[in-house]
Amino acid sequence: MADSKKGVSRRDFLKTSGIAAGTLVGGGIIGGLVGYNVKKDGPATTTEDSHAAGDTNVNRGLMFFQNRHDFDVLSQATERIFPEDDLGPGAIGLGVPFFIDNQLAGNYGSNSKEYMQGPFFPGAPTQGYQSILTRSEIFLQGVHVMESEAKSRFDKSFTDIEPEQMDEILTDLQKDEIEMRGVTAGFFFKLLRSATIEGAYSDPLYNGNVNMEGWKMKGFPGHQMSYLNVIEEEKFQKIEPKSLSSMQH
Amino acid sequence: MAKTLDKVDVVTVGVGWTGGIIAAECAKAGMKVRGLERGKERSTADFAMIHDEYRYAQRYELMQDLSKETVTFRNHRKMRALPMRQMGSFLLGEGLGGSGTHWNGMTYRFLPYDFEIKSETEKKYGKNKLSSDYLLQDWGVTYDEMEPYFDTFEKTLGLSGEDTNPFWGKRSSDFPTPPLKKTPILKKFETATKDLGFHPYMVPSANLSEAYENPDGSKLNACQYCGFCERFGCEYGAKASPEVTVVPAAMKTGNYDVTFNANVVEVLKQGDKTTGVRYIDTITGEEFIQPADVVVLTSYMLNNAKLLMVSDIGEQYDPDTGKGTLGKNYCYQLGPGSIGFFDEQMNTFMGAGALGMTIDDFNGDSFDHANLDFIHGSSISIVQGGNRPIGSNPISEDIPLWGAEFKKASIENYTRTLSVFGQGASMPHKENFLSLDSTYKDKYGVPLMQLTYNFTEQDRNLHKFITQKTVDIMENMGAKKTLGGGPLGDYDIVPYQSTHNTGGTTMGNDPNTSVVNTYMQHWDMENLFVVSAGNFAHNSGYNPTATVGALAYRTAEGIQKYRKQGGSLV
Repeated sequence: MADSKKGVSRRDFLKTSGIAAGTLVGGGIIGGLVGYNVKKDGPATTTEDSHAAGDTNVNRGLMFFQNRHDFDVLSQATERIFPEDDLGPGAIGLGVPFFIDNQLAGNYGSNSKEYMQGPFFPGAPTQGYQSILTRSEIFLQGVHVMESEAKSRFDKSFTDIEPEQMDEILTDLQKDEIEMRGVTAGFFFKLLRSATIEGAYSDPLYNGNVNMEGWKMKGFPGHQMSYLNVIEEEKFQKIEPKSLSSMQH
Repeated sequence: MAKTLDKVDVVTVGVGWTGGIIAAECAKAGMKVRGLERGKERSTADFAMIHDEYRYAQRYELMQDLSKETVTFRNHRKMRALPMRQMGSFLLGEGLGGSGTHWNGMTYRFLPYDFEIKSETEKKYGKNKLSSDYLLQDWGVTYDEMEPYFDTFEKTLGLSGEDTNPFWGKRSSDFPTPPLKKTPILKKFETATKDLGFHPYMVPSANLSEAYENPDGSKLNACQYCGFCERFGCEYGAKASPEVTVVPAAMKTGNYDVTFNANVVEVLKQGDKTTGVRYIDTITGEEFIQPADVVVLTSYMLNNAKLLMVSDIGEQYDPDTGKGTLGKNYCYQLGPGSIGFFDEQMNTFMGAGALGMTIDDFNGDSFDHANLDFIHGSSISIVQGGNRPIGSNPISEDIPLWGAEFKKASIENYTRTLSVFGQGASMPHKENFLSLDSTYKDKYGVPLMQLTYNFTEQDRNLHKFITQKTVDIMENMGAKKTLGGGPLGDYDIVPYQSTHNTGGTTMGNDPNTSVVNTYMQHWDMENLFVVSAGNFAHNSGYNPTATVGALAYRTAEGIQKYRKQGGSLV
């Protein structure tokens, strides 16, 4: 399967695997993608690996999105922001869409630590977040806007358009050239970008950074007790990463 | 109806560095002290699972819950002030230890020049070096008068450092512990700055180089360089913080207790004295009155000023008339700097909050300003604090912010990028001030603090000058590409810059230009003391904590004097 990457574009792969059609249920495809993504340099993904993040991961699922298609639109957008490449998995392979979904269902999504009392005014850019909407409301609207832009521009679902077409819509969001209600498109894009990066590199306990692949790509060893003995080394230290799960046993 | 509690000798509002120091010193002297802390209790045991960038650095787990209280902000008076709805430019603390729990531990004494900035500047450059819009003033104390308090604070911390900097004021004793380890990254900076004729020294660090027992008997451990300091608590008890030093020292006396979840909403007064404070129990919503002989405001500078304003103590500063002192001289800090891209991979993920080297060749009045269009300057440092993967995605200006190129470049650069940065001094300006917001309120119905602030011409000139110095150093460090920060625009409350907010409750020896005297005793109310970085008449080119700690020790001495003799201490 490692070789199947050659000659098969990412787009084709997504189409073949069905993710683009939005026909998949559960976490199966994500597990599949993780396997597909991570084993280029190493041995073939074992059944155990697939189990860790794949079909049998009964702990994984959608807490926020109610409509699977919305989730698939989000997934494709995050993959464009942080795509799979020769270094390793992209956002989908890292479980970023699940990370974002799960965060939107909790304190992050409901802005529980943000000042959300009115009155609300647009404000200057230097005054920051002034939307009456919570992050979960902004994301849901943003996903719907991406879908409707794809429909009106290309007469297709966001999940069925070409990567370059997705980028065109994302760029217009970033540049604030798409209308959103109660929030600017630019602000939504900033949230989407930062949540994607957070999902790629947060501790795997948050359901992103699957198998610590984000950390491995970056050379970040995660949760280490001490660097006292190596802090003076000239040479770069390659250290096998550890997650906070190691604190639980 | 508020329930009135038994009177105590001293009550402190907030239990961070200043509240902890006041408590330890006053309790040791036999006074009954109570700390009112609106956040939770916490200790080293709560930090075992602290290596979680998402939770603590991105979602601000240890910091103030803005849903309950924030500040409003505008760049200038013609703009509508709006709430800071999410944390950004600065990170407000909450809970036992306050910001002193999640600080980096860089602990510089302010320069002798800082305390006498107005006199010294006029003496050397004349009265018109800065326009009269800048409200420069002396602090009312000299460095030499402050030296013993700095010394005490450093011994409480066990501060790790080396006394090799020619620009510092004189020290009465050496650092309690030796400096942290000089890593290859630090050595690059050391070699480059020495080569340019500058004077690099190890950053004075409250992440300790070795185990230490302080004069109060508190024990601290040696730093493990784990890379999780700023925004985190220390799981080793190796970062000097209130909860591992002054708070247990106060507790040990038997004269101290802390009431948690106690949000003070008013300083109570009768005639020209305070009688105590009113607080709300944030769990039950009940109101309490805590009577005290001496009230000490020891919360963050923004909240100290707010409590004085809502309690109508002192005169609010008015930028139109220049009258009033409360809220005046709000200052911040500038962040000139450059990033350098290198070929070789470096251990950028290891480190400690205060593991770094600094030069002061362009700080304070270490260099001649006769032909320059600004005063003061900036420390210039490299810090190996431990870069984390969410927060650190360095790219050059030709790389897009997302997509394939972004991913590749940010991963490549993560371990191949260094930054050299300044902490630029900030001068008070008549249009930069604190006042109460007339629209927005906190959870308890109290008006929010309003911040009116923008960078000024002095700031832009200083920023430009220091940015170029950081570029020179970075190039000399061997970066294959160096990018200096762009020109300073309008102050933006969104990106993180610095939690070094100062002023608003300035100290001084003239009640017409300051809120408190040089013992932090309120000019209008002899049994009310107010201590925080709010006492600074301007902000220097360093981190503020050493100076805040020293002021707290001086305040504690003032309270003891006041208990004996009463009346004004000056």
